[in-house]
Amino acid sequence: MEGELAHIGAGLAAIGSGAAAIGVGNVAGNYLAGALRNPSAAASQTATLFIGLAFAEALGIFAFLVSLLLMFAV
Amino acid sequence: MAEASEGGLVFHPLDQFIVKPLFGDGPVGLFTITNATLWMAISVLAIVAIFVLGSKGRAIVPTRVQSIAELMYSFVYKMVEDVTGKDGIKYFPYIFTLFTFILFANYLALLPMSFSTTSHIAVTAILGFGVFFAVTILGFVLNGASFLGMFWMKDAPAILRPIIAIIEVISYFVRPVSHSIRLAGNVMAGHAVIKVFAGFAAIGIISPVSIAGIAAIYGLEVLVAGIQAYVFTILTCVYLKDALHPHH
Repeated sequence: MEGELAHIGAGLAAIGSGAAAIGVGNVAGNYLAGALRNPSAAASQTATLFIGLAFAEALGIFAFLVSLLLMFAV
Repeated sequence: MAEASEGGLVFHPLDQFIVKPLFGDGPVGLFTITNATLWMAISVLAIVAIFVLGSKGRAIVPTRVQSIAELMYSFVYKMVEDVTGKDGIKYFPYIFTLFTFILFANYLALLPMSFSTTSHIAVTAILGFGVFFAVTILGFVLNGASFLGMFWMKDAPAILRPIIAIIEVISYFVRPVSHSIRLAGNVMAGHAVIKVFAGFAAIGIISPVSIAGIAAIYGLEVLVAGIQAYVFTILTCVYLKDALHPHH
Protein backbone atom coordinates (compact mmCIF):
# COMPACT_ATOMS: atom_id res chain seq x y z
CA MET A 1 0.00 0.00 0.00
CA GLU A 2 2.76 2.41 0.93
CA GLY A 3 4.49 1.81 -2.36
CA GLU A 4 1.30 2.67 -4.21
CA LEU A 5 0.89 5.88 -2.24
CA ALA A 6 4.47 6.77 -3.14
CA HIS A 7 3.58 6.32 -6.80
CA ILE A 8 0.59 8.62 -6.41
CA GLY A 9 2.87 11.15 -4.71
CA ALA A 10 5.36 10.86 -7.56
CA GLY A 11 2.59 11.62 -10.02
CA LEU A 12 1.49 14.59 -7.96
CA ALA A 13 5.07 15.86 -7.83
CA ALA A 14 5.09 15.81 -11.62
CA ILE A 15 2.56 18.68 -11.50
CA GLY A 16 5.58 20.75 -10.48
CA SER A 17 6.98 20.26 -13.99
CA GLY A 18 3.90 21.97 -15.39
CA ALA A 19 4.32 24.82 -12.92
CA ALA A 20 7.95 25.19 -13.99
CA ALA A 21 6.76 25.25 -17.61
CA ILE A 22 4.54 28.23 -16.77
CA GLY A 23 7.52 29.95 -15.15
CA VAL A 24 9.90 29.29 -18.05
CA GLY A 25 7.28 30.40 -20.56
CA ASN A 26 6.68 33.54 -18.57
CA VAL A 27 10.38 34.44 -18.54
CA ALA A 28 10.91 33.73 -22.23
CA GLY A 29 7.67 35.39 -23.29
CA ASN A 30 8.37 38.56 -21.38
CA TYR A 31 11.90 38.64 -22.75
CA LEU A 32 10.56 38.34 -26.27
CA ALA A 33 7.94 41.01 -25.68
CA GLY A 34 10.60 43.35 -24.34
CA ALA A 35 13.05 42.45 -27.10
CA LEU A 36 10.53 43.21 -29.83
CA ARG A 37 9.80 46.62 -28.33
CA ASN A 38 13.47 47.49 -28.00
CA PRO A 39 15.56 45.17 -30.19
CA SER A 40 18.76 47.11 -29.61
CA ALA A 41 18.69 46.27 -25.89
CA ALA A 42 17.89 42.60 -26.46
CA ALA A 43 21.40 41.31 -27.06
CA SER A 44 22.70 42.70 -23.79
CA GLN A 45 19.98 40.91 -21.83
CA THR A 46 20.42 37.35 -23.12
CA ALA A 47 22.57 36.46 -20.12
CA THR A 48 19.83 37.69 -17.80
CA LEU A 49 17.33 35.68 -19.81
CA PHE A 50 19.28 32.49 -19.34
CA ILE A 51 19.79 33.13 -15.64
CA GLY A 52 16.06 33.68 -15.25
CA LEU A 53 15.29 30.55 -17.23
CA ALA A 54 17.72 28.56 -15.10
CA PHE A 55 16.15 29.74 -11.86
CA ALA A 56 12.65 29.01 -13.10
CA GLU A 57 13.64 25.63 -14.42
CA ALA A 58 15.52 24.56 -11.30
CA LEU A 59 12.31 24.39 -9.29
CA GLY A 60 10.76 22.11 -11.87
CA ILE A 61 13.85 19.94 -11.62
CA PHE A 62 13.32 19.82 -7.85
CA ALA A 63 9.81 18.48 -8.47
CA PHE A 64 11.27 15.87 -10.78
CA LEU A 65 13.79 14.95 -8.11
CA VAL A 66 11.03 14.58 -5.51
CA SER A 67 9.14 12.24 -7.78
CA LEU A 68 12.30 10.22 -8.45
CA LEU A 69 12.93 9.97 -4.70
CA LEU A 70 9.36 8.82 -4.12
CA MET A 71 9.62 6.24 -6.88
CA PHE A 72 12.97 4.73 -6.00
CA ALA A 73 14.17 5.84 -2.60
CA VAL A 74 11.10 5.72 -0.37
CA MET B 1 4.88 -7.26 -27.28
CA ALA B 2 5.32 -9.76 -24.47
CA GLU B 3 7.08 -7.17 -22.34
CA ALA B 4 4.46 -4.57 -23.07
CA SER B 5 1.62 -6.83 -22.00
CA GLU B 6 3.33 -7.35 -18.69
CA GLY B 7 2.83 -3.68 -18.05
CA GLY B 8 6.50 -2.72 -17.71
CA LEU B 9 9.06 -1.31 -20.06
CA VAL B 10 11.59 -3.53 -21.79
CA PHE B 11 14.38 -1.93 -19.79
CA HIS B 12 14.32 0.51 -16.98
CA PRO B 13 14.84 4.13 -18.09
CA LEU B 14 17.19 4.81 -15.20
CA ASP B 15 19.39 1.76 -15.74
CA GLN B 16 21.73 3.84 -17.89
CA PHE B 17 22.90 5.76 -14.83
CA ILE B 18 24.16 2.73 -12.88
CA VAL B 19 27.83 3.08 -11.98
CA LYS B 20 29.58 -0.17 -12.81
CA PRO B 21 33.21 -1.18 -12.33
CA LEU B 22 35.02 -1.14 -15.63
CA PHE B 23 36.98 -4.33 -14.93
CA GLY B 24 35.30 -7.29 -13.29
CA ASP B 25 32.14 -7.26 -11.19
CA GLY B 26 33.50 -6.30 -7.80
CA PRO B 27 31.92 -3.75 -5.50
CA VAL B 28 32.37 -0.07 -6.29
CA GLY B 29 34.82 1.34 -3.76
CA LEU B 30 36.40 4.73 -3.41
CA PHE B 31 39.14 4.06 -5.96
CA THR B 32 37.41 1.58 -8.26
CA ILE B 33 37.75 2.48 -11.91
CA THR B 34 34.16 2.69 -13.12
CA ASN B 35 32.42 3.73 -16.31
CA ALA B 36 31.99 7.16 -14.72
CA THR B 37 35.77 7.42 -14.33
CA LEU B 38 36.23 6.32 -17.91
CA TRP B 39 33.89 8.91 -19.38
CA MET B 40 35.24 11.72 -17.23
CA ALA B 41 38.73 10.76 -18.39
CA ILE B 42 37.52 10.73 -22.01
CA SER B 43 36.05 14.20 -21.66
CA VAL B 44 39.30 15.49 -20.15
CA LEU B 45 41.26 13.86 -22.98
CA ALA B 46 38.92 15.42 -25.54
CA ILE B 47 39.48 18.83 -23.97
CA VAL B 48 43.23 18.30 -24.06
CA ALA B 49 43.03 17.16 -27.68
CA ILE B 50 41.17 20.28 -28.77
CA PHE B 51 42.81 22.91 -26.60
CA VAL B 52 46.38 21.72 -26.29
CA LEU B 53 47.05 19.63 -29.37
CA GLY B 54 44.61 21.45 -31.63
CA SER B 55 45.98 24.90 -30.97
CA LYS B 56 49.64 24.08 -30.47
CA GLY B 57 50.42 25.40 -33.95
CA ARG B 58 49.43 28.89 -32.73
CA ALA B 59 48.66 29.82 -36.30
CA ILE B 60 47.62 33.37 -37.15
CA VAL B 61 45.10 31.87 -39.52
CA PRO B 62 43.68 29.14 -37.27
CA THR B 63 43.10 25.61 -38.35
CA ARG B 64 39.62 24.17 -37.90
CA VAL B 65 40.32 22.69 -34.47
CA GLN B 66 42.11 25.82 -33.33
CA SER B 67 39.22 28.02 -34.36
CA ILE B 68 36.83 25.87 -32.31
CA ALA B 69 39.11 26.33 -29.33
CA GLU B 70 39.39 30.07 -29.96
CA LEU B 71 35.62 30.42 -30.30
CA MET B 72 35.01 28.74 -26.96
CA TYR B 73 37.79 30.68 -25.29
CA SER B 74 36.59 34.07 -26.45
CA PHE B 75 32.96 33.18 -25.70
CA VAL B 76 33.71 32.37 -22.07
CA TYR B 77 36.21 35.24 -21.77
CA LYS B 78 33.59 37.72 -22.90
CA MET B 79 31.03 36.19 -20.54
CA VAL B 80 33.37 36.53 -17.55
CA GLU B 81 34.27 40.07 -18.55
CA ASP B 82 30.63 41.12 -19.05
CA VAL B 83 29.34 39.67 -15.80
CA THR B 84 32.17 40.09 -13.32
CA GLY B 85 34.02 43.03 -14.81
CA LYS B 86 37.74 43.46 -15.35
CA ASP B 87 38.81 42.22 -11.94
CA GLY B 88 37.05 38.89 -12.48
CA ILE B 89 39.35 38.01 -15.38
CA LYS B 90 41.89 36.67 -12.87
CA TYR B 91 39.53 33.77 -12.16
CA PHE B 92 38.88 33.04 -15.81
CA PRO B 93 40.95 29.80 -15.90
CA TYR B 94 38.77 28.20 -13.22
CA ILE B 95 35.54 29.23 -14.93
CA PHE B 96 36.79 28.11 -18.32
CA THR B 97 37.81 24.74 -16.87
CA LEU B 98 34.33 24.28 -15.43
CA PHE B 99 32.72 25.28 -18.72
CA THR B 100 34.77 22.98 -20.91
CA PHE B 101 34.46 20.03 -18.56
CA ILE B 102 30.68 20.33 -18.28
CA LEU B 103 30.24 21.02 -21.99
CA PHE B 104 32.35 18.06 -23.05
CA ALA B 105 30.83 15.75 -20.46
CA ASN B 106 27.34 16.78 -21.58
CA TYR B 107 28.04 16.28 -25.26
CA LEU B 108 29.95 13.02 -24.83
CA ALA B 109 27.03 11.74 -22.77
CA LEU B 110 24.84 12.14 -25.85
CA LEU B 111 26.80 9.47 -27.71
CA PRO B 112 24.87 6.21 -27.81
CA MET B 113 26.05 3.66 -25.22
CA SER B 114 28.05 6.29 -23.38
CA PHE B 115 27.72 7.17 -19.74
CA SER B 116 26.50 10.59 -18.68
CA THR B 117 28.76 11.68 -15.85
CA THR B 118 27.04 15.03 -15.31
CA SER B 119 23.75 13.24 -14.63
CA HIS B 120 25.13 12.21 -11.25
CA ILE B 121 24.55 14.62 -8.42
CA ALA B 122 27.76 13.27 -6.89
CA VAL B 123 29.71 14.75 -9.80
CA THR B 124 27.85 18.03 -10.14
CA ALA B 125 27.68 18.58 -6.37
CA ILE B 126 31.49 18.53 -6.26
CA LEU B 127 31.54 21.16 -9.00
CA GLY B 128 28.77 23.20 -7.41
CA PHE B 129 30.12 23.09 -3.86
CA GLY B 130 33.60 23.78 -5.21
CA VAL B 131 32.27 27.01 -6.68
CA PHE B 132 30.37 27.78 -3.48
CA PHE B 133 33.36 27.35 -1.19
CA ALA B 134 35.74 29.09 -3.57
CA VAL B 135 33.44 32.08 -3.90
CA THR B 136 32.64 32.31 -0.18
CA ILE B 137 36.29 32.08 0.87
CA LEU B 138 37.23 34.57 -1.83
CA GLY B 139 34.55 36.96 -0.64
CA PHE B 140 35.81 36.90 2.92
CA VAL B 141 39.45 37.16 1.88
CA LEU B 142 38.85 40.14 -0.41
CA ASN B 143 36.23 42.02 1.61
CA GLY B 144 36.74 40.82 5.16
CA ALA B 145 33.69 40.99 7.40
CA SER B 146 32.07 43.54 5.09
CA PHE B 147 31.25 40.61 2.82
CA LEU B 148 28.37 39.96 5.21
CA GLY B 149 26.95 43.34 4.14
CA MET B 150 25.75 41.49 1.05
CA PHE B 151 22.89 40.13 3.16
CA TRP B 152 21.97 43.48 4.66
CA MET B 153 20.05 45.51 2.08
CA LYS B 154 20.67 49.18 2.79
CA ASP B 155 18.09 50.28 0.24
CA ALA B 156 15.26 48.34 1.85
CA PRO B 157 12.97 49.85 4.52
CA ALA B 158 14.41 49.35 8.00
CA ILE B 159 11.60 47.07 9.16
CA LEU B 160 12.05 44.75 6.22
CA ARG B 161 15.84 44.50 6.46
CA PRO B 162 16.06 41.64 9.00
CA ILE B 163 13.49 39.60 7.09
CA ILE B 164 15.29 40.20 3.81
CA ALA B 165 18.58 39.30 5.51
CA ILE B 166 17.16 35.93 6.61
CA ILE B 167 15.82 35.24 3.11
CA GLU B 168 19.14 36.27 1.56
CA VAL B 169 21.12 33.99 3.88
CA ILE B 170 18.85 31.04 3.09
CA SER B 171 19.05 31.70 -0.63
CA TYR B 172 22.82 31.98 -0.37
CA PHE B 173 23.10 28.53 1.17
CA VAL B 174 20.63 26.99 -1.28
CA ARG B 175 22.79 28.21 -4.17
CA PRO B 176 25.21 25.26 -4.35
CA VAL B 177 22.32 22.79 -4.06
CA SER B 178 20.31 24.33 -6.88
CA HIS B 179 23.48 24.99 -8.87
CA SER B 180 24.40 21.32 -8.91
CA ILE B 181 20.93 19.79 -9.03
CA ARG B 182 19.96 21.97 -11.98
CA LEU B 183 22.70 20.50 -14.12
CA ALA B 184 22.30 16.91 -12.94
CA GLY B 185 18.51 17.06 -13.09
CA ASN B 186 18.40 18.46 -16.60
CA VAL B 187 20.83 15.92 -17.97
CA MET B 188 19.25 13.01 -16.09
CA ALA B 189 15.70 14.00 -17.07
CA GLY B 190 16.60 14.31 -20.72
CA HIS B 191 18.39 10.98 -20.89
CA ALA B 192 15.60 9.26 -18.98
CA VAL B 193 13.00 10.66 -21.41
CA ILE B 194 15.00 9.33 -24.36
CA LYS B 195 15.09 5.89 -22.73
CA VAL B 196 11.35 6.00 -22.00
CA PHE B 197 10.68 6.67 -25.68
CA ALA B 198 13.14 3.90 -26.55
CA GLY B 199 11.14 1.55 -24.35
CA PHE B 200 7.98 2.35 -26.29
CA ALA B 201 9.80 1.67 -29.55
CA ALA B 202 9.52 -2.05 -28.79
CA ILE B 203 5.73 -1.90 -29.05
CA GLY B 204 4.94 -2.54 -32.73
CA ILE B 205 2.21 -0.07 -33.55
CA ILE B 206 3.59 3.03 -31.89
CA SER B 207 7.24 2.44 -32.71
CA PRO B 208 7.42 4.96 -35.61
CA VAL B 209 6.00 7.67 -33.37
CA SER B 210 8.39 6.86 -30.57
CA ILE B 211 11.41 6.75 -32.88
CA ALA B 212 10.44 10.18 -34.20
CA GLY B 213 10.06 11.22 -30.58
CA ILE B 214 13.57 10.00 -29.78
CA ALA B 215 14.96 12.07 -32.65
CA ALA B 216 13.08 15.16 -31.49
CA ILE B 217 14.07 14.77 -27.83
CA TYR B 218 17.65 14.10 -28.88
CA GLY B 219 17.69 17.40 -30.73
CA LEU B 220 16.34 19.10 -27.65
CA GLU B 221 19.02 17.40 -25.55
CA VAL B 222 21.79 18.71 -27.80
CA LEU B 223 20.41 22.17 -27.06
CA VAL B 224 20.03 21.49 -23.34
CA ALA B 225 23.58 20.14 -23.06
CA GLY B 226 25.00 23.40 -24.36
CA ILE B 227 22.60 25.63 -22.44
CA GLN B 228 23.22 23.88 -19.13
CA ALA B 229 26.98 24.25 -19.50
CA TYR B 230 26.39 27.94 -20.30
CA VAL B 231 24.00 28.38 -17.36
CA PHE B 232 26.36 26.68 -14.91
CA THR B 233 29.19 28.92 -16.07
CA ILE B 234 27.24 32.16 -16.04
CA LEU B 235 25.87 31.44 -12.58
CA THR B 236 29.44 30.83 -11.43
CA CYS B 237 30.26 34.27 -12.86
CA VAL B 238 27.29 35.82 -11.03
CA TYR B 239 28.34 34.26 -7.73
CA LEU B 240 31.90 35.39 -8.34
CA LYS B 241 30.66 38.91 -8.99
CA ASP B 242 28.85 38.84 -5.64
CA ALA B 243 32.11 37.90 -3.95
CA LEU B 244 34.09 40.61 -5.74
CA HIS B 245 31.54 43.41 -5.33
CA PRO B 246 29.23 42.44 -2.45
CA HIS B 247 27.64 45.89 -2.14
CA HIS B 248 25.78 46.05 -5.43
